[in-house]
Amino acid sequence: MTRTRQRTGGRRRPLTIAIGLAVVSVIAAGCGSSGGSSSGGGGATSNAATQNGGGAVAGQTVPTANLPVLQKVGTGEGQLNLIAWEGYLDPKWVKPFQQQTGCQVNAKYAGSSDEMVALMKNGGGGQYDMVSSSGDADLRILYAGDAHPVNIKLIPSWKDFYPAFQSPPFNTINGVHYGVSLQWGPNVLMYNTKNFPTAPTSWSVIYDSKYKGQVTVPDNPIQIADAALYLKTTKPSLGITDPYELTQPQFQAAVSLLAQQRPLIKKYWGLASQEIFDFKNGNVVVGAGWPYQVSTLKADKFTIGSVVPSEGATGWADTWMLAAKAPHPNCAYKWMQYISTPQVQALQAVTYGETPDNKLACPYMDKLQAGSCAEYHANAPASYLDSISLWKTPLATCDNGKPDCVPYAQWVSAWTTQVK
Amino acid sequence: MGFRVDHASQVKPVRPAGGTPTRRARVSAALWRRPWARATILLTPPLAWFVLLYLAALVVLLITAFWQINPFTTNIERTWSLTNLTTIFTTSAYLQIIGRTVAMAAAVTVADALVAFPFAYYMARIASPRTRTTLFVAILLPLWASYLAKVYSWLLIFTKGGVLDSVLNVHLIYTNWAVFVVFCYLWLPFMIIPVYAALERIPASLIEASQDLGGQTWRTTRSVLLPLALPGIVAGSIFTFSLSLGDYITPLLVGGTSATFIGNVIYSNIGIANNVPFAAAMALVPMAIMALYLLGARALGAFEEV
Repeated sequence: MTRTRQRTGGRRRPLTIAIGLAVVSVIAAGCGSSGGSSSGGGGATSNAATQNGGGAVAGQTVPTANLPVLQKVGTGEGQLNLIAWEGYLDPKWVKPFQQQTGCQVNAKYAGSSDEMVALMKNGGGGQYDMVSSSGDADLRILYAGDAHPVNIKLIPSWKDFYPAFQSPPFNTINGVHYGVSLQWGPNVLMYNTKNFPTAPTSWSVIYDSKYKGQVTVPDNPIQIADAALYLKTTKPSLGITDPYELTQPQFQAAVSLLAQQRPLIKKYWGLASQEIFDFKNGNVVVGAGWPYQVSTLKADKFTIGSVVPSEGATGWADTWMLAAKAPHPNCAYKWMQYISTPQVQALQAVTYGETPDNKLACPYMDKLQAGSCAEYHANAPASYLDSISLWKTPLATCDNGKPDCVPYAQWVSAWTTQVK
Repeated sequence: MGFRVDHASQVKPVRPAGGTPTRRARVSAALWRRPWARATILLTPPLAWFVLLYLAALVVLLITAFWQINPFTTNIERTWSLTNLTTIFTTSAYLQIIGRTVAMAAAVTVADALVAFPFAYYMARIASPRTRTTLFVAILLPLWASYLAKVYSWLLIFTKGGVLDSVLNVHLIYTNWAVFVVFCYLWLPFMIIPVYAALERIPASLIEASQDLGGQTWRTTRSVLLPLALPGIVAGSIFTFSLSLGDYITPLLVGGTSATFIGNVIYSNIGIANNVPFAAAMALVPMAIMALYLLGARALGAFEEV
């Protein structure tokens, strides 16, 4: 090779040029991918990746349980630093809050439950006031001592919440509140009404080889709970009681059901937009998704139907949690008061596509968008909520205190190594 | 790297007419007398940047790979063990993922080289300067577009009712073939440019000599052009191979049920499971593969005279 080099020594070498080119494009790709992950993480995505509920964990105590709570909401500090899912701090309801209270809201958007846990480390670091976390993050945050007890009496609209969300086990431990519940939603069975003139009544359609290559489910280890929920009814001999508390044989049964389902799957969706795209273009005809996708497709006049099948469904529930070292507690309480009111609950529910926790929100939802109250089941009876198993992180210790359950880390590895 | 001083071109420190040197001139003279000081001042900022931000991050990654997480709090526990690496190399699914990733990267590299060589040859030796410029722009223009926009446009081509489906009746969406096609498209410029640079510098006299000696097209290509262009191809392959090895967004968007690659495992362990130590251990795999690849590339002459 050196022969030619001598003759053409003045020219630039291939690698030099290629490196220059690579630098340019890596920067370009970096921008692209960061755009991807931010859109991938927020709002309408698998934000519920590791959501969790659950009650007190055997043998664990909340380190901050005895901290004194605020007795009276004083003057606002002028600032409020919030960690939130993308879409949870829409100017539509943040702007009026700022005008009413003088608390300037500074948003930090998190892409996953784990990012929220990380940001809340060390009580929010004395920097963040609150986080709009989901089930599992809640428990992890408060058992790490990063959440502050909340005086729920200072939040007037709380008494109008559905009882299930007043003191749920994922944000209230031994009667101590660490935040105020926000919104929730189910994971529904979605189907193209052209292919299903009559609505399916069972999750069995997504395990049916008749729909090979036309099924889509979330790319999320918590999907194992959906399989377990289905097996709870269809294979009672397994003795599944809670889809998030599975013994090794129950867990294996769910995992092998999903492994059998794999050839039927067209796409494990990661982004809500991806599922919408696939239904619209006919790549899939049936699958699991959120009310958000259903309402978006309906708004586009697409032939979509959705149902909570007879076996029930899984779902998520979010909470505004107070940080242990919140620097602006008065503004934080003002925020909790504001976000719990029926008007704001309705506005967020309709904008984001979820169900409000405040039972008075229904008429306001219909005023914003006719029929939205029924669409998001904001007026549904308690039996509807009973059919939803709200997400919680699977722990090694079952609720009965026995260490027989399969922990979440194993769910993740089974999802990658046995299902996909 | 040595700091050579070309004495012939040195300018003596400036002395103003009065005879006492200005401060600037004194500093300049002092630096001239101490080349090491000059080198230190020149290199400290970039070296600090390189060591602190680049190497330090890699070292932290390397160390993290030998730690574990607490499954409940997902806090990192700093106890040393090889558990993560053992898991990777004893789980057949992970080995399959590594194999799939390497095979994909190799296939993309070969396909890009096959496309790039005739293209670069045309640009370097046949096209008029005007055409060449046009082609250059055509190659470089996609690099200015967003990565995501490019992948999504391929999704529209692959989807049911898209161009491939309605015109050619080909269904590639959510398959590894789709991932392959998109990778080939994305990284092609990184192959064409170095191959072009290598082909352009082959003296025409060598090709003429081959033809004078009776070499036909194929013989000239095989014995003259290819060996001389090889460093360029290898240089290009470093990029196509390493970029395919690490990408996870394309498989996520256009890949199907078996589109799990090394990058996807890392992504899901950081983003969903928050198992950074395992992700770090997994990240060591492409690093090791690339180290071997670069050693091979060096043996093939890609770094000569660099």
